[in-house]
Amino acid sequence: MAEIRLENLQKRFGDFTAVREASFTVANGDFFVLLGPSGCGKTTTLRMIAGLELPSAGRILLDGEDVTFSRASHRDIGFVFQLFALYPHMSVRSNIGFPLKCQGMARAEIRRRVDEVGKLLRIEHLLERSVSGLSGGDSQRVALGRAIVRRAKAFMMDEPLGALDSEFRHLMCVELRRLHERIHATTVYVTHDQNEAMTMADKIAIMNGGAIEQIGAPMEVYERPASVFVADFIGAPAMNFLPFEAALARGSEVIDVAGARIAVPVLHEDVSTRRLLCGVRPEHVQLADDGPLRAEVLGAEYLGNCQIVTLTTVGGSTLRAKVAAEASVASGDHVGLRFDAAAVSLFDHASGRVLRSARNDNAGVVHG
Amino acid sequence: MADLRLASVSKRFGAVTAVQGLDLEIASGDFIVLLGPSGAGKTTALRLVAGLEQPDQGRVHIGGRDVTHEAPALRDVTFVFQQYSLYPHLSVFDNLAFPLRSPLRRLPPDGIRRKVEEVARLLRIEDKLLSPATRLSGGQMQRVAIGRALVRNPAVALMDEPLSSLDAKLRGDLRLELKRIQRDLGATVLYVTHDQTEAMTLATRIGVLENGRLVQIGTPREIYEDPTSLYVASRLGSPRINLVPVSALGETVAPPLAVTAGVRAEHLDVMDGACAARREGRLARLLRLESLSDQRLALFALDGTEHEIVAALPPDAVVTPGDGVRLRFQHVLWFDAQGQRIRA
Repeated sequence: MAEIRLENLQKRFGDFTAVREASFTVANGDFFVLLGPSGCGKTTTLRMIAGLELPSAGRILLDGEDVTFSRASHRDIGFVFQLFALYPHMSVRSNIGFPLKCQGMARAEIRRRVDEVGKLLRIEHLLERSVSGLSGGDSQRVALGRAIVRRAKAFMMDEPLGALDSEFRHLMCVELRRLHERIHATTVYVTHDQNEAMTMADKIAIMNGGAIEQIGAPMEVYERPASVFVADFIGAPAMNFLPFEAALARGSEVIDVAGARIAVPVLHEDVSTRRLLCGVRPEHVQLADDGPLRAEVLGAEYLGNCQIVTLTTVGGSTLRAKVAAEASVASGDHVGLRFDAAAVSLFDHASGRVLRSARNDNAGVVHG
Repeated sequence: MADLRLASVSKRFGAVTAVQGLDLEIASGDFIVLLGPSGAGKTTALRLVAGLEQPDQGRVHIGGRDVTHEAPALRDVTFVFQQYSLYPHLSVFDNLAFPLRSPLRRLPPDGIRRKVEEVARLLRIEDKLLSPATRLSGGQMQRVAIGRALVRNPAVALMDEPLSSLDAKLRGDLRLELKRIQRDLGATVLYVTHDQTEAMTLATRIGVLENGRLVQIGTPREIYEDPTSLYVASRLGSPRINLVPVSALGETVAPPLAVTAGVRAEHLDVMDGACAARREGRLARLLRLESLSDQRLALFALDGTEHEIVAALPPDAVVTPGDGVRLRFQHVLWFDAQGQRIRA
């Protein structure tokens, strides 16, 4: 097991910069998720750690040893791809044992290790079967088995669940997380799916345009986003953003959005007059007759344990509120809205950066 | 009048019965979602309506006409696939205009232009009309594919998991968009998915398929709150409904013949001190807590059994793993040995 450290990693392909700047440390035994939309540089970062790409600048340290330019095979890192690349003519057992056979390990020892992995992944009953008839989920378990059987220093996983259907993907997420809690292998996992990241990660790094926007525990990035991008990318339905223009002083606790006075966490910085965004998540918006912000209901989506109500404010912004499944709301209703003051985030419109306030001042904010 | 009516439609492929005795009526402006796991017969049902498959039994009526043996092109339907299938060499405008230029329709050019511009406005892609289709992002391409399917006002638009190849965020945005476009056009849609959120948010009615049979059809609220079977109950709800043997609930009054109890995570209360002091509720021990965005989920072990149960906790609940608590079960759904619902 190992600690992975990236220092100012960069990667260019010709004129195109895939990774502008990536610096982070994955602690020994952590499950670290690189999250972002396609093209944000997450897979390239992963491939550099594995040694499948060489960085244009920066350093990669594996347990303190500089491996930036050492060969992939030298790094002792296991890799799991989105498409389970199994050997179709071999049994499950031979597929899992293959890396050990390549190392020249004794047959009895290979047998023991494969049995152990089979038990861990709950595929003991499939070990003697051919891989060609397996379901998608079982195939992916075999691919995982082949990666973990080697007891590599660390595992790199590139959207390993991407090919599975959404229902099964969620079950596999929970399974992967439990597996991680048993073997505690240092893992870097790439995905564009925020649910996977939230379910599995000890820490999430959110990437955007080749740089890391924020690193933190799942609830930390959810509750205290460092930027509009992070706030918008994590959470479904997404955070609401109400534009307004103001100059605010340190210590302010109230803002004015289209004539409505809205309470916010105590501000810890001064900002000169500019365009700002008031960000609030749907579960922190309440429908209340005496709420300061007036809005009209456009529609309500029933989700079983709650309803998502879509509204337009008098200022013309669209907002979503998460309300009880029993609440009676109909399109056309005129309602008042109140926000959970402690849960509001303010952002600078131009840079997207969050304003420092009582809500987020202690957060480990990285902003590129 | 029903825009689409299926009467006892069955379809077999060799030994496999893909669709069995399917009865379904869709009225104008309806948005019907067929929900089920892979292999439930959803896609086959769509293909039977489109005429891409011939039924072994039963009839298909579209717009009041029996089209069971009519060619796909003659049926008044359109199809949106999972993979956006636009003509790559044509502009967005020409892609949208394509079905209107069909020799079967003979619309004048300015009629076509008006129609395309109207749909482009609905799709919010007016500024992209002259771009090649390939210049669009995945979400925009799928929006155009949906637009193309709706532009000629078909009797029924058929959609086979049109959002599933998009990433989670885009899927959420497009879901709302699709619903808005459908409502604004008054289009009739038959939509297939295995994604319960899509089913809940898009459908006027959800039809749940199990092994080729339609086991329940109703509004999202009916399907969620009043399922007819254990199978239907476990199709909707995230986290999935807890299913435990009746005996595991303790001293709850269950109807006779009830074998399985279904309790949704939001219907499990951790009782406060006063109730607990009266020794009400079921003893359980907290195994683990999981925070998922705005949901706090708690996994409890029911004392004296090997059963575990998931509860959604209110934000202010204070519990730590290892704690012993008393649980109260609300709105329990009862099922018999065959998994059929027993109404208490």
